[in-house]
Amino acid sequence: MNPKSATNNIIPVIVVLSIILLLWYVAAVFMNMAWEKDQYERADNQQYTLVDLVSGTMKQERPVLPAPHQVAQEVYKTTVEKKITSKRSLIYHSGITLSSALLGFGLGTLLGILLAIAIVYNRALNKSFMPWVIASQTIPILAIAPMVIVVLNAIGIQGLLPKAFISMYLSFFPVVVGMVKGLNAPEVSHRDLMKTYNASAAQTFWKLRLPSSLPYLFTSMKIAVAIAMVGAIVAELPTGAVAGLGARLLAGSYYGQTIQIWSALVMASILAALLVMFIGLVGKLVNRRMGLSSHA
Amino acid sequence: MTTEESSQTGKVIEIDDLSLTFETSDGPVYALSDINLSIEQGDFVSLIGPSGCGKTTLLRVIADLEAATKGTISVNGVTPEQARMQRAYGYVFQAAALYPWRTIAKNVALPLEIMGIGSAERKRRVQQNLELVNLGGFEKKYPWQLSGGMQQRASIARALAVEPDLLLMDEPFGALDEIVRDHLNEQLLSLWAKTNKTVVFVTHSIPEAVYLSSRIVVMSPRPGKIHDVIESHLPKQRSLDIRETPEFLALANRVRDGLRAGHSYDEPEL
Repeated sequence: MNPKSATNNIIPVIVVLSIILLLWYVAAVFMNMAWEKDQYERADNQQYTLVDLVSGTMKQERPVLPAPHQVAQEVYKTTVEKKITSKRSLIYHSGITLSSALLGFGLGTLLGILLAIAIVYNRALNKSFMPWVIASQTIPILAIAPMVIVVLNAIGIQGLLPKAFISMYLSFFPVVVGMVKGLNAPEVSHRDLMKTYNASAAQTFWKLRLPSSLPYLFTSMKIAVAIAMVGAIVAELPTGAVAGLGARLLAGSYYGQTIQIWSALVMASILAALLVMFIGLVGKLVNRRMGLSSHA
Repeated sequence: MTTEESSQTGKVIEIDDLSLTFETSDGPVYALSDINLSIEQGDFVSLIGPSGCGKTTLLRVIADLEAATKGTISVNGVTPEQARMQRAYGYVFQAAALYPWRTIAKNVALPLEIMGIGSAERKRRVQQNLELVNLGGFEKKYPWQLSGGMQQRASIARALAVEPDLLLMDEPFGALDEIVRDHLNEQLLSLWAKTNKTVVFVTHSIPEAVYLSSRIVVMSPRPGKIHDVIESHLPKQRSLDIRETPEFLALANRVRDGLRAGHSYDEPEL
């Protein structure tokens, strides 16, 4: 990538980010204003100006909507200033959520690929599996996550695996859909060519279907990794987990620590964005390795 | 054995009363009807006709990419399916059909990998055939880095790498401009003259058909059938200049008349 296109990519991102921050500040002022006024009235103090009010909305301890800089400070305090081993370190909690999200993502991708191969090569499976695959995603994850975790707990599976299972449950779906499409992507002449060579099914798979499915796989994996993060966080909520970003969200809401909630949310989205970018980068490298860079 | 008989008589392809009907939701489509044709070793046969006349379908039947619904066909004395299993032919598609994730050399090597040919022999054949189509030095390029004409030449090299005695070509130069097409026609002709391969060549260009062929099969549509078979006695070694000679023009006129006659019953409906 040349430097010019890099700046071309960065400028729109910065513009959008600034607009979001601006709206966030405006919203914070309006949403925290009522509490601020209330404080002055309780103190029987009518001697306040608009500036007092606005500046007050920026530094409440438990604001309805924390201002961006408060969240940023909290994130900084709990990542850079805390030791990783500390129970208050956001990095510690992120690590726990990340490990189950990644395990679930890995398992989900594997399951998705295997299911897609089964579906593509077996017409009966195509008819019988696909409706179930789709039905599986219509069940609200919040409803089944606690049951899955309780059931797995009862048979002695604890810790990382139950949470990873929820991530897997969510992330296999886009991989199945993408891979079925990708494995069926080769055009007719490419398939006919294999037929004229009297190629076996295995040869057609390795030399034609699999390579042509890879761009689809990476697109699906980008979606899968993001929802694997969601899955891991959701899985932490119903179990009353003591660690992980989900646990931080839960604890924050118990004690009305909005800044803590928001910093966990921001951390989760930063992680998800980094993961998606990483998968995108790997996809790009694979494409380049396959000589497809001009198409990508 | 039929195989021996056919090698004695030099018949590569024998087609008897062959018909092919596609069943569609709009009713049957008669793609081919009562085709009789025999092609001998070393023939260069062009199938020419308007679109919808079944010329590509006929080629695909020979290649066992479609199955006839009636009649018999033998390729090298066996059924098309057996011939395909023996990898008896090389097929060149209308589009180059190169795999975009493989370099040119790897594309040409593809059939050889599938046939299980050792890497040294593979390398030799890739090199030899790429040089034959003037693509030496482009081994490491990807298809998208090459022009359309070069891509089509690579696909011809790929078909030749199998070292088949029979080449089936489906409008291989249809999408190329006139100058590139002339050049590739010349190369193909000199290749044919050198190797004594049998070529079945689908085209809708009259000059191309006349220039290349030892026999021209004129087909007509709805139902697809053979209208005329024209023998050409032009010398095997021909330059592009031959297209100005009276013999060439006479052949071209006969082909044109055949196409017109085959087409004529279509007109009143318009």
